[in-house]
Amino acid sequence: MLPEFDLVMPENLQQALENLGQRNPGVVPVAGGTNLTVDMRSRRHTPATLVNIEHIQELTGILQEDDRIEIGSCVTIAEILKSPIIAAVAPALIEAARGFANPLIRNRATIGGNLADASPAADTAPSLLVHNAQVELWSKKNRRILPLDEFFVGVRKTVLQPDEIIKSVHVPKTNRPSASSFYKLGLRKADAISVASVAVYLEKKNGACGQVRIAMGSVAPKPLRAYAAEELLTGKHLSLKLIEEAAKLAAEASSPISDIRGSAEYRRRMVFVLTRRLLTHLAEMMELKDW
Amino acid sequence: MDPKVITLTVNGRKHQVALPPNITLLRALREYLGYVDVKNGCEKGDCGACTVLLNGKAVNSCLVLAWQANNAEIITTSGLGSAENPHPIHRAFADEGAAQCGYCTPGMVISAKALLDENPHPTEAEIREAISGNLCRCTGYGQIVRAIQKAAEIINKEGDAS
Repeated sequence: MLPEFDLVMPENLQQALENLGQRNPGVVPVAGGTNLTVDMRSRRHTPATLVNIEHIQELTGILQEDDRIEIGSCVTIAEILKSPIIAAVAPALIEAARGFANPLIRNRATIGGNLADASPAADTAPSLLVHNAQVELWSKKNRRILPLDEFFVGVRKTVLQPDEIIKSVHVPKTNRPSASSFYKLGLRKADAISVASVAVYLEKKNGACGQVRIAMGSVAPKPLRAYAAEELLTGKHLSLKLIEEAAKLAAEASSPISDIRGSAEYRRRMVFVLTRRLLTHLAEMMELKDW
Repeated sequence: MDPKVITLTVNGRKHQVALPPNITLLRALREYLGYVDVKNGCEKGDCGACTVLLNGKAVNSCLVLAWQANNAEIITTSGLGSAENPHPIHRAFADEGAAQCGYCTPGMVISAKALLDENPHPTEAEIREAISGNLCRCTGYGQIVRAIQKAAEIINKEGDAS
C-alpha cells in the first residue's frame, strides 16, 4: 500500500510549475513513477504532494533544432529507443536505452526521471555526458540551462531546486565525423542495475583522434567524466598502447564502492576493460586505429 | 485526500470508479473492479505479474497511479479471447505447457500480445527480450518461448481474434 499523498493533475506546464512553486517542500513531480512509486511504497520517500506531469505536452516529444536536439523530459526510454533522430545524433544513448531495465519499465520510465533520480547507476547519464548534453530547468520564476556534468552533485543528489523541473535535455549536433558507444556491465542482461558502465564519444580530425569524451557510471557517487584520459587521447593517433594508458587513467578517476553487485577492485578493473573495449571499437569504426 | 471519479475502459468495458490518489492501477483493477486475473507479485516493478496493456503498451500496473490512467484503455489477459474461443496466445500457452503455477502467466500473455502486435514474426531473441520483465519461477522459459512462437504461427495463419 502506498502512503497517503495529494495528487495534482495539472493540464499544462504553467499549472505544474505553479503547483511545484507554491507548496514546496514535499511536492514532487511524477511521470512514469518507476522509481518514485517504489520509493514511496518502501517509505524511503514520502512526499506530501505529487504533481503529475506525464501528459504535459511541453515535456513530451523530441525537437530538432539546427545545432541540437531537445528531448522532452517526459520522453520515455521506449521512445528514445525508437527515435531515428536520437540514433543519428547520439548512438550511445540508443545503446543505453536498449539495455535499460526491461520493456515494461521502458514504456513508463522517462529520461527526465532517470536524471532527476540521480542514481550513480542512471543508465542514460554516461551517454548524455559524453554527448555534452545540457539540462533545461524551469521553475515558475526562473529558467536555466546547465551542462549535465554540473547537474549531478552526489548519490541521488542534484542541483534541482524543489520548485524546478527538468523541461528538456539538449544534445548538441556536430558536423564533424564522430561516433559514440555505451557499454553496461550488469550481472544479467535484463533488469540489471549496472556494476559499471562506460560511454565514449570520439571525433576524427586529420586522421587522428579529435575531441574525445569518456564517462562512467556506477563507479563513483555520481556519473562522471574521465577528463585526464580524454586529454591524453586528444589530437593523438590511437595506438593500442595509448588506448590502454587512457583506460588506466579512466580507472584511476573512478572511486567505486564494494556492494552486492561487485567489489570496488573489480569495478575499477572493469572501467579499464570497458574503456579500452569502447575506444578500440570506435577507433576501428572510425578508421582511426594505429595498430 | 478526497477520492475522484475516474474512467477506466477495461477489456472494452467502461467503468467509472471513485478512487483516492494513492491507489495504483493494479489495486484499482483487482480490488475495486474485480479483475483478479491481473496478479499482484512484487508490487515494485520487478516481476511483471501485474502486466497490462495501457493504451496498447505493456506496463507494470503496480507502478501506475490509477488517476494517471484516467480515460485510458486497458487490456488484461481475460480480455483476450473468451473461455469458449480462447485467444491464440492462450491456446499456445496451454498446448506447450507454458503455465505451471500460473502466477506469471497473465503477465507473460500480455507481454506476448504486446510483442506480436508490433512484431508478428519475432526471433527467439526478440521473444526473450519481450518477456524479460516477466519472471517465471516454475517452468523455466523454454516452454513459454515456444508457446509465443506457436502463437505467432497461429496468428499469422488465422489472425488475432481479440
